Amino acid sequence: MSQDAQLRIVSALVEHKPGVLFRLSNLFRRKSFNIESIAVGPAEAEGLARVTLTMFSTYDQADQVMKNLEKLIDVRSVEPLDAKSAAVRELALVKLSPGAPPTRPEIMNYIETFRGNVVDVSPETLTVEVSGDPAKINAFINLARNLGLTEVARTGAVALSRSMAQKETQGKW
Amino acid sequence: MSKMSGAKAAVEALLREDVDVIFGLPGGTNMPIYDVLYEFQGLQHPSSNEKGIRHILAKHEQSAAHMADGYARASGRAGVCLATSGPGATNLLTGLATAYMDSSPVVAITGQVPSRMIGTDAFQEADIVGMATSVTKYTFQPLSVKEVPHAIKAAFYLATTRRPQPVLVDIPKDVQLGEGEVEFPESVDFPNYRPLPDPDLTIVKTIARMILEAQRPMILAGGGVKIAGAYRELQALAELLVAPVVTSFMGKGAFPENHPLSLGCAGMHGSERTNHLLPECDVLLVVGARFSDRTTGKIEEFCPNTKVIHVDADRAEIAKNYRLPVVSLVADAKKALMAITREVGAGIVSGQREAWVEKGQEVLAVAVTEYDGNGSSLSGVETIKMLRQILPPKAIVTTEVGQHQMWCEQHFRVIEPRTFISSGGLGTMGFGFPAALGAKVARPDVPVVDVAGDGSFLMTENSLATSMEEHVPVTVVILNNRMLGMVAQWQRLFYNRRYSAVELGKSPDFVKLAEAYGAEGIRVHSMREFEMAMSKALRNTVTTVIDVPISPEEDVLPMIPPGAGLKGMMVG
Repeated sequence: MSQDAQLRIVSALVEHKPGVLFRLSNLFRRKSFNIESIAVGPAEAEGLARVTLTMFSTYDQADQVMKNLEKLIDVRSVEPLDAKSAAVRELALVKLSPGAPPTRPEIMNYIETFRGNVVDVSPETLTVEVSGDPAKINAFINLARNLGLTEVARTGAVALSRSMAQKETQGKW
Repeated sequence: MSKMSGAKAAVEALLREDVDVIFGLPGGTNMPIYDVLYEFQGLQHPSSNEKGIRHILAKHEQSAAHMADGYARASGRAGVCLATSGPGATNLLTGLATAYMDSSPVVAITGQVPSRMIGTDAFQEADIVGMATSVTKYTFQPLSVKEVPHAIKAAFYLATTRRPQPVLVDIPKDVQLGEGEVEFPESVDFPNYRPLPDPDLTIVKTIARMILEAQRPMILAGGGVKIAGAYRELQALAELLVAPVVTSFMGKGAFPENHPLSLGCAGMHGSERTNHLLPECDVLLVVGARFSDRTTGKIEEFCPNTKVIHVDADRAEIAKNYRLPVVSLVADAKKALMAITREVGAGIVSGQREAWVEKGQEVLAVAVTEYDGNGSSLSGVETIKMLRQILPPKAIVTTEVGQHQMWCEQHFRVIEPRTFISSGGLGTMGFGFPAALGAKVARPDVPVVDVAGDGSFLMTENSLATSMEEHVPVTVVILNNRMLGMVAQWQRLFYNRRYSAVELGKSPDFVKLAEAYGAEGIRVHSMREFEMAMSKALRNTVTTVIDVPISPEEDVLPMIPPGAGLKGMMVG
């Protein structure tokens, strides 16, 4: 465990019903912690949702978050994850409004390098979908700033623990 | 299955939880529930052969919540309060926050605007579920009649199990009025919330070994010991170990304060010698306490060379304030103490810690002094010492918040279980009087005294009307310094005597105030008169308010100034 402030990932399995996300985010507000990103969607079983959230925090702060999340009546389970023990992915939509230069073929090259897809196109704009680990998304967005970036929408990270990860690295930061 | 209205279902569910009293105030959106309660009108003491619910009419919903809280702390059962939507519900919040901080099982039921109007800013609508979320364990808002019995059952289950905390049930008016087929569940289940498991034996053995190897063991007991009803278990372990016991303020009374091993309270207004002795122990067993800043002083200087063992019912308390317990055990205090005592039992070698115990007893001799009978002039401290002399051990004392409360911490020895009730966590002025009424309703057989300051009493004095109309006689002892005394003390000590907004002046006349409600008011001018007034109050059938004028300059000392450690106490 590291006491340095770092990006930590928490995966929580929760009841899929009104008010649950409020209770969860309210906990962060009460403890004065900032949520870096949060992603919610239906989970494997009916009536359950999986929440993946990332926060920039020390170990002690994250430990408090975990224990308090576990106390919430609507939270079934909580798991600490990191980039080594989990598969972490994020999706972003990036809208570009490229003037001249660079030219479109040049931009298409970049998009290909990042394995992105063009999901919408107009004479003035171009919307690109990229997915991958959050660092890759950051890299693409940084690049896109030089390509006439106008809008960004990110899902926030989603993560699941890797089945083959060594046992001792699981459940720890 | 039977068909009934949501309101009827709510009351029926309360009866099934053996609720015998509700503290509340009616309004537009809880009228259907009040209409059901009408059939119990005039009921004084529900008994097993006459099932029913007594209603105590509060004059402000904050007081209703404090009454339910006082009832809960005196009885060990959930206390119930009932309010209408909007302002009725928001008025409850201070009471819920108070109960939340001190882990008290209060079940609050609120009316809500009809479900189709929720979110429209309807008349007397407040988002009480949103507002109460931070000060409750859980909130329910049943949106159909059939959900009502489950919500009430679950509210009691959640409020009273594990770490007790308040729970809110917000019932829209149309749900109260609507008819439906309902079923009353025998039990409820939450997959992520189960009663605490038995203490982990491996950890218990480790704890027992550490305690046995200790040269200077000590126990710090918190409110969790009282909540778990682990009084006897704590005493058994302390006596087996011959280990001195200190308590936090919330733990005051967890261990009889006239016991030879009692060192009273540690912390900001604890005894100086106790605060000095505490960091000298080599092993400290902390049970049901959360290392509040008021107990530890500067946390870095709290027992720096001690091995600390932390036992608590709430896992989130482990390493929250005190980061480095050597061993921690998440368990019910009663079961944990029993298990530790069993393990320790066999390994005791007698006589090995006599010097340590002797040292502790020296502290005790200085820590608590008794009224010596010579005090001719009235003072806060002398009044409280005399109060202890007058009251039987089983009498219940509640307090408001401020100097008088801390004088009680220092000078009022609590002897019997569940006889000291105070707002320690939130520090809610105005808590003590309504809590005293709630305690008296729970325990009509014992005298109940609210030790008050003039400032605090003014916050909820209108509960005098409740005490008269509902025939709930208690005694209020006002240590009256015509000041917001604790703030004045801090201004005296830390703000160069710049008394800003703390002088309360001459009004009201508390004797006349009491009389205006039909209660008895007595002003005393000497210790002798106080003694006589108390003996009259204990015989009175109506509430008695005793006005005790004291000096506005009397300080609560010793104290740990803000930011200092246990050994940095100011003495005078």
